[in-house]
Amino acid sequence: MKQDKPCIPRREFLQTSAKKIPGLVVAAAALSTGKTLLAEENSEYNPEDHNYAMGVDIHKCIGCGRCADACKKENKVPLEPEFFRTWVERYVIPVEGEARVDSPNGGIDGFPEIKEKDEILRSFFVPKLCNHCDNAPCVQVCPVGATFKSRDGVVLVDESYCVGCRYCIQACPYGARYLHPTKHVADKCTFCYHRITKGMLPACVEVCPTHTRVFGEEGHRSSPLMRFLRFKDVNVLKAGLNTKPKVYYAGANGEVR
Amino acid sequence: MSSATEHHDPNCLVTGNPTFESITESVSCIPESRTPLAWKIMFSISASLALGLFCLIGYLFWEGVGVWGLNNPVGWGWAIVNFVFWVGIGHAGTLISAILFLLRQRWRTAINRFAEGMTIFAVICALIFPTIHVGRAWVIHWTLPIPNQMGVWPNFRSPLLWDSFAVGTYFICSFLFWYVGLIPDLATLRDRAKTRIRKIIYGLFSLGWRGGNRQWRHYELTYLILAGISTPLVLSVHSIVSTDFATAQVPGWHTTIFPPYFVAGAIFSGFAMVMTLSLIARKVFNLTHIITKKVLERMNMIMLLTGMMVGYAYSMEFFIAWYSGNIYEQFAFVNRAFGPYAWAYWIMISCNVLVPQIFWFKKLRNHLVVMFIASIFINIGMWFERFVIVVTLARDFLPAAWDYYSPTWHDIGLLIGSFGLFFTLFLLFMRFLPIVAMSEVKGILPQADPHKSGEHHG
Repeated sequence: MKQDKPCIPRREFLQTSAKKIPGLVVAAAALSTGKTLLAEENSEYNPEDHNYAMGVDIHKCIGCGRCADACKKENKVPLEPEFFRTWVERYVIPVEGEARVDSPNGGIDGFPEIKEKDEILRSFFVPKLCNHCDNAPCVQVCPVGATFKSRDGVVLVDESYCVGCRYCIQACPYGARYLHPTKHVADKCTFCYHRITKGMLPACVEVCPTHTRVFGEEGHRSSPLMRFLRFKDVNVLKAGLNTKPKVYYAGANGEVR
Repeated sequence: MSSATEHHDPNCLVTGNPTFESITESVSCIPESRTPLAWKIMFSISASLALGLFCLIGYLFWEGVGVWGLNNPVGWGWAIVNFVFWVGIGHAGTLISAILFLLRQRWRTAINRFAEGMTIFAVICALIFPTIHVGRAWVIHWTLPIPNQMGVWPNFRSPLLWDSFAVGTYFICSFLFWYVGLIPDLATLRDRAKTRIRKIIYGLFSLGWRGGNRQWRHYELTYLILAGISTPLVLSVHSIVSTDFATAQVPGWHTTIFPPYFVAGAIFSGFAMVMTLSLIARKVFNLTHIITKKVLERMNMIMLLTGMMVGYAYSMEFFIAWYSGNIYEQFAFVNRAFGPYAWAYWIMISCNVLVPQIFWFKKLRNHLVVMFIASIFINIGMWFERFVIVVTLARDFLPAAWDYYSPTWHDIGLLIGSFGLFFTLFLLFMRFLPIVAMSEVKGILPQADPHKSGEHHG
């Protein structure tokens, strides 16, 4: 029985250890240095240098809904059709009467065909998201200060601090927020803050096949957003509310709410 | 008894020519008598409902606010409707006790004690709702400025924070006012107590009251100061509650008329609830000579006035929406009156604007059955007012998100349970405390007037 027991002879154990321990030490050292390097890289990010904003060209949107889908996947947004950080609305303007607006499952599964084509003047798609307002109503009404505007111009929710009172959801005139069903806190678009602070694009911008969405920074001439703002006729949604939104729409007329 | 008080005095607020002793007797005998069977039955029903409320709250904490009928445009459902409703009910107490006291409206003495009691119980019911309506109720204390290890502090720009201060202050002041007023009457019950336990308990809470001259002077000054402190609160609490809505930039909520409109509505609903309860109390406890028809008639007049103020606000909202030229605002109000919630809107209009109009007629103002039914209609109407404000947001700016709010069984259970809690507290109060301010009623008796026999001293 004794001989059956798997056993490493002492000599072999010591030899193996002598060979491998330095390797482990080097690997551990490399890892820790790597971490330090990464940390140093992050610490170089200065939020004061940025002022993020987005442009949306309504003429280009084909309503494929890939942005809404990518957003859900990137940000682990619950899949039920009540929860969106970004979604696509379809506006159908009839020859006579009120505009009709729909957004079945945020546009992810496409839109039903319009049957009464003769009565329709035109239709178009409007991607929607949090407008990251400079004068955000949600920031004012949050009782605990969980919703705040970051120094790089993004409106964020601190989910460890949100009590879930839903006041921000009620106060947002853009309908950009929802209550997360499992976290019980308010949730909304962050411009993919985890990506943009590393120099990447938000998921919705990344996947958009028609370059409807343009992400960049206000005040930086080299930013693609500034080019968008220079060459397009842009509007913001509900300018009259003085929320100073930072999502600029090209081609949005009075029908867009 | 002098001849001046024997013939019917039109200014006398208490009928039946009572003496100081008979007032003490008729009020004190209520907590001193054996517990009536009807009280036991009513208490067991309301206490079971209150228990149901706490079970439902437990279930809510376990499951989350998804058990309610909330949807995307309507993030605040019945919880906030109930909150505003109960805060409104709690308004009459302080109005009667503080403002009418400062205005020397002596008819208030018949109803002030239980109007104040009702205020406190209604505010307790109200405070439950904002506490439980949050997604994470276990961290609700973060909305209060309590120093904590995270070094975080509430956001003083948020109306929700103003709310916690306003309603909290209102509760504390109303409670103090109620308790200070109770002290002389508790001492009366202590002196009349037949059992040792009663003597100790009433003795403890009457704070050594002996009824000496100095004590009365201090008492009256305290009462006056508390009335002074409470008076602005009557106006501030519901003004601040209204800013919860008015600060949010959504159509139908973002209006400047909200504070005065809410205050008038609160007084209106509060008086309706005092009316409902006082009509029952005067009948059950045989207090018709203290809570006289004259007192009830004046309450009806206040309801007529405040009801018309509320009606004015409803029409002014429409006018301003049209006059402003804001299409979203116009749509919000047209949608209220003719949209999917038109039924609720017209219940509100009928109960709050049309029903009080009957009080123009003296005969109806003095008819007990009519005023009882009217007060119940007004209570219903005022609940629907808050329902209409909160729930018509289902059609806000974004047509793609429009939805219809329907309550779940849990929503309905919470409302019923809150009534259970309210009546449980109220029944306990009726059983163990003097429901009419004896010392104050004695103060308005003709005998209390040093000039009652027409003699002039000095």
